Amino acid sequence: MNSKTAFYILKRLVLALLTVWVVITVTFFVMRAVPGGPFASEKALSEAATAALEAKYGMDKPLMEQYATYLKDVVTKFDFGPSLTQRGRNVIDIIVDGMSVSIKLGLTAAFAALIIGVVLGALAALRRNSIPDKIIMVITTAFVSMPSFIMGSLLLVLFAIKLRILPANGVAQGGLILPVVTLALYPMAYITRLTRSSMLDVLGQDYIRTARAKGVSGKDIIFGHALKNSLIPVITYFGPMLAYIVTGSLVVEQIFAVPGIGRAFVNSITGRDYPLIMGTTIVLAVLIVVMNLVSDILYKVVDPRITLE
Amino acid sequence: MNKRPFSFHVDVDAFMPASEEDKAYMVQMRPSSTFFKDGVKRLLKNKVATISFIIIVLITLSAIFIPMFYPYSYDSMLGVRPGKSVDASYNNLRPFEYGKTEQQRIEAGENIFPHIFGTDAQGRDYFIRVVYGTRISMAVGFFASLIVLVIGMTVGSIAGYCGGKVDLIIMRIVDMIYSLPDMLMVILLSSVLKVTLGPVIDGTVLAKIGSNIISLFVVFGILYWVSMSRLIRGQILSLREQEYVLAAQATGAKAGWIIRKHLIPNCISVVIISTALQIPNAIFTESYLSFLGLGVNAPMPSLGSLASEALNGLASYPFRLVIPAIVISLIVLSLNLFGDGLRDAFDPKLNV
Repeated sequence: MNSKTAFYILKRLVLALLTVWVVITVTFFVMRAVPGGPFASEKALSEAATAALEAKYGMDKPLMEQYATYLKDVVTKFDFGPSLTQRGRNVIDIIVDGMSVSIKLGLTAAFAALIIGVVLGALAALRRNSIPDKIIMVITTAFVSMPSFIMGSLLLVLFAIKLRILPANGVAQGGLILPVVTLALYPMAYITRLTRSSMLDVLGQDYIRTARAKGVSGKDIIFGHALKNSLIPVITYFGPMLAYIVTGSLVVEQIFAVPGIGRAFVNSITGRDYPLIMGTTIVLAVLIVVMNLVSDILYKVVDPRITLE
Repeated sequence: MNKRPFSFHVDVDAFMPASEEDKAYMVQMRPSSTFFKDGVKRLLKNKVATISFIIIVLITLSAIFIPMFYPYSYDSMLGVRPGKSVDASYNNLRPFEYGKTEQQRIEAGENIFPHIFGTDAQGRDYFIRVVYGTRISMAVGFFASLIVLVIGMTVGSIAGYCGGKVDLIIMRIVDMIYSLPDMLMVILLSSVLKVTLGPVIDGTVLAKIGSNIISLFVVFGILYWVSMSRLIRGQILSLREQEYVLAAQATGAKAGWIIRKHLIPNCISVVIISTALQIPNAIFTESYLSFLGLGVNAPMPSLGSLASEALNGLASYPFRLVIPAIVISLIVLSLNLFGDGLRDAFDPKLNV
């Protein structure tokens, strides 16, 4: 790693930290801008009760002081305050509970998408313009333009209601199969197309021809030269894939009633649980920013030919 | 004729003045073609893009004109008659079924327009709701892209034109917004704007459109202009340095001529293409937000909110989900394919 790479990584780190700070600040002030404050949705409270509640949650202090306290609590203690709708529970506990389910769901979907996508993409590239290639391309085009909530609902209708072979409820036995499939289909289709085009690109390179001319076997060319190099662009998709899975899980968990962080987030919006909205936004945003950072740095480190800006 | 083919002697015939026949042979008989005509020709050759375009036009036209002469309206509950109790026989009709009073009128020999897709849980004709939802989704997509285009173009050309410190500051802001997780911010902002905008726009023309759609536009205006402005800045920066601009300057072309003849035509195709590709994105975002309950205000339908409502009666009425699902996918797919076709046909750098 030379000094240029180090400088690039440093620059990206600073940008990532700045992004996280902006997210925290924006969520804080946006939430405070809501008229009537978070207690407006409660049943008519007397002024004394509102004042008492505000004092309890520290909302009677000046805005900047609240902001400083919030920032300090979030950064040092991961403390997002108490939830307003789920009495007696802290936001961080709800997030941790939801995360344990959502991470299982998201990681399974990501790995499935990656493995199937790379295999299909490589197959399509190696058998270019054959019938399997055309079928793969048509299907992936259809998947790429279908929103996740539509895909999820259609799978629900087909497998859980019409065929009755898989449960519609995410907590039931085998209930995570449909949500995982729903989340995985779009990234899978995208990775297939990405792998196919970069594999085609690599197969046209001079070093592949050189390897052929030297008499290297087809298997060694594919696994030793072509596949390795054509997977580099796939690395850049890690960040966007995670962002997709996070936003997709918001609706998918809603459709299949999976008790994950996505459902907690959506419920917090409908229930106007402001601390929970802020907490989940910040946690998910940090997750996405970190993943983008990792995939960008990995991309530059893996391929030394890539010039650094 | 050269009798000695391997001789290095110059063939004198090649230097004779051309006859009229030779001259006629060299004249190109086709009329001169403009960049736009060329592009359209290439676009029409692309079957996928042409079919997608026809589908888009058909969907747009039916979304505009069908509500004008359709006998039912999107928000009238057919079972509700003034002065009478609600006639529940109109709720949850299957396709081509009729309510009780309609059945009586048909038996009396009257012609009643069928409910092609049945009715929803509140007795509203589902076909017109889908058509209306399509209209709203398409309008939202179109106007959101327009907002993105205007803001992105202004900021991008300022950054590209001014350069220096202005450019640096603008581009750092752009980097910042670009690295924000967009969907989360969209959800956050629209959940808050939905509450705050309501009282502000109450009583104005904007109230008719509804606070949710306005907040969607605001969010698009805040977040999505960045990639457009990056694109336009990059275009302006690279076009300014092109050799043909230098050549034009060297031959004495004025700045106005260079901008009209070189910069705008080279820039505009990229701008139009990325705007076209922005529309399905906006439709997608709108339907996603509607699905989460942050989209259009009830009783106005959008394709996303129709799909979301359909989840409640999914076991008995799956077609209510399938219909808007097909429409959304069709719109997004054909807009994407058409946008790709546009890019292939009109991006001069791709067809060297």
